[in-house]
Amino acid sequence: MADTLLAERVVDPAVARPDEAPPAPPSALRAALVGNPNCGKTALFNLLTGSRQKVANYAGVTVERKEGRVVSPEGRVIRLLDLPGAYSLDATSPDEAVTRDVVLGRHRSEPRPELLVCVVDATNLRLHLRFALELRQLGLPMLLVLNMMDEAERQGLVIDMPGLSAALTMPVVGAVGVRRGGADALRDSFDRPLPPAPLPLPDGIDLHAEVRRLLAAHLRRTDGTRQHVGDRLDRVFLHPVLGPAILLAVLFVMFQTVFSWAQPAMDGLQAAMNQLGALVGQLLPDGILRSLIVDAVIAGAGTVVVYLPQILILFLWILALEESGYLPRAAFLLDRIMASCGLSGRSFIPLLSSFACAIPGIMATRTITNPRDRLVTILIAPLMTCSARLPVYTLLIAAFIPAHRVLGIFGLQGLVLFGLYAFAIVSGMVLAKLMTRGRAAEEHPLLMELPSYRRPALRNIGFGLWQRATMFLSRVGTIIVTLNVLLWALSTFPAPPPGAAGPAIDYSFAGRIGHAMMLVFAPIGFNWQICVSLIPGLAAREVAVSALATVYAVGASEDDAAAKLAPLLSAQWSMATALSLLAWYVFAPQCLSTLAVIRRETGSVRWVLVTAAYLFGLAYLASLATYQIAVALGGG
Amino acid sequence: MAVSDDAGVVLLDALPRGAIAVIESVDFRTADDPVARRLVELGFVPGETVQMIAHGPFGADPLAVRLGGTRFALRRAEAARVRVERS
Repeated sequence: MADTLLAERVVDPAVARPDEAPPAPPSALRAALVGNPNCGKTALFNLLTGSRQKVANYAGVTVERKEGRVVSPEGRVIRLLDLPGAYSLDATSPDEAVTRDVVLGRHRSEPRPELLVCVVDATNLRLHLRFALELRQLGLPMLLVLNMMDEAERQGLVIDMPGLSAALTMPVVGAVGVRRGGADALRDSFDRPLPPAPLPLPDGIDLHAEVRRLLAAHLRRTDGTRQHVGDRLDRVFLHPVLGPAILLAVLFVMFQTVFSWAQPAMDGLQAAMNQLGALVGQLLPDGILRSLIVDAVIAGAGTVVVYLPQILILFLWILALEESGYLPRAAFLLDRIMASCGLSGRSFIPLLSSFACAIPGIMATRTITNPRDRLVTILIAPLMTCSARLPVYTLLIAAFIPAHRVLGIFGLQGLVLFGLYAFAIVSGMVLAKLMTRGRAAEEHPLLMELPSYRRPALRNIGFGLWQRATMFLSRVGTIIVTLNVLLWALSTFPAPPPGAAGPAIDYSFAGRIGHAMMLVFAPIGFNWQICVSLIPGLAAREVAVSALATVYAVGASEDDAAAKLAPLLSAQWSMATALSLLAWYVFAPQCLSTLAVIRRETGSVRWVLVTAAYLFGLAYLASLATYQIAVALGGG
Repeated sequence: MAVSDDAGVVLLDALPRGAIAVIESVDFRTADDPVARRLVELGFVPGETVQMIAHGPFGADPLAVRLGGTRFALRRAEAARVRVERS
């Protein structure tokens, strides 16, 4: 099960081929893009391959594997692999280890490339050329791409490309990864015969000294006017007072827009799904088939598809902040706070992404160099309030929390929602602290590059959003629909005996399971209807809302269900039960996709079990405490 | 924190904001110190010029430094491996 959840991301390299284009002939040249992080490699890759690329994982590890097909002007086909960014072949993260193994020909599933296309940032040659020299020693045919030539020109850098090419004994081409046509010189070079492997430098040579020598001979600075723009921006963004204030403002605006901008689109999607359900409902005769299509497939997929706008807006922010170079600054500002719970600033970016969805958040942990930091970040990422919890929170808060004003300006409902977010963050920090306790002596470095500030390129962001959207929708189309059909079957069969009183679901497998679960869940105030809704809610949190609606046999459409459900719940549940369920949702790891991605990232079922056990345990304890205290205070 | 050998030689973490210095050496805490190795790979090598750009907002940690055209964030403990001469 766990494996199939993310099946669309896990493609055997042998069959990883573009779907829409004719397959590359087996004789196609295998080239690999390789370079430092922040050299603009991915933008260049997107420019070269367009949509002819396949995103998957390397076998055994979850480092993202991207392969695409490039067609040269004369029609030659090249299979281009986008290797993870690395500073050196002396790897310090899982990402860098993949790059090292592939270029050394030691990777167990990836053949050694026949051509290395080494990408360097033309404005940062002092850092990037060292890795290029390290690669030169490998004895593979190699091309050097000077990327960001536009920015280099603006900075007044003049690079003697023929001279550099002669000195490096390899072809050198310029490129602008963020401009249409910016990779044409590189594309043209694929039509020329494969260059011979560059001549290696003598063993043990000081690569830094060699870089300095090359730059002195082949790089000229005409004026340095633009050089210190980054310094000026850093004086503001890294300022001890202004920096944190700006970061807070950015995060505040980001979460505001996720909710306010997404609402119209979400309402529209919801209405469209309702109409589709109604239309199909009219076309099909009443019976099992209609129930299956309308209740399980359309309503099930609908509850999840509705969150697409929120997820895309959050990713829009995260991609834009990432492209602009701001995220590492945020990690810098928060490093000390993260250190207080035993982590480093590097954990901030994955945790921030987890507020949209824990899945990309957990995937983003692979840039954390320290394995223990990475594991702890993975373990607490599911605690960050992902967007799938919102429907549940919104429903319960609307039903049970009065719309009072507090201090005249804050709505009580909004404060409760904020409190749930804050509680989750504080819990995550406390847990991280507990998990890292006693290991403080071990050093876990921050050491990271603060890349140059750049204006985010629309085509890259658009491309990233498109990839996220297709990934999300294909998951909805496969696994979520499948689970919904399964759960629909459980709550439909067996049918009640003729003449039976009460709702049909009482007699179904789901109803019986719900009643049996009461043994465990009665002390925390859950009734059997909640227990039943927890079962589909295991697949994805937001499904619990539609499941509750089904259990209470309310109305036909999801939209209506949510609207009618709130008054119904407030009439039937005690305040203590509602608060207990809210507390449950802060912790409970009710998302199979998250557990599946944890299995992939950690490569072990053990950590999945640990995560599930500790989060369910905490959920139960938090609900138990909430319920018992609320009852004692008269909320029962 | 600052360990002075002679007049101008200090550890990188002791540089005040805005100060410029030239790298003298990188200390390996162990024979195979991964942090020191990475520092060297990133270009923290003798003769290069570094400038302290910023101190973190809490406890003046971590540090942001500029090395040539590249900026890096690093913690004080990491910076304390780099010996620099103030200019």
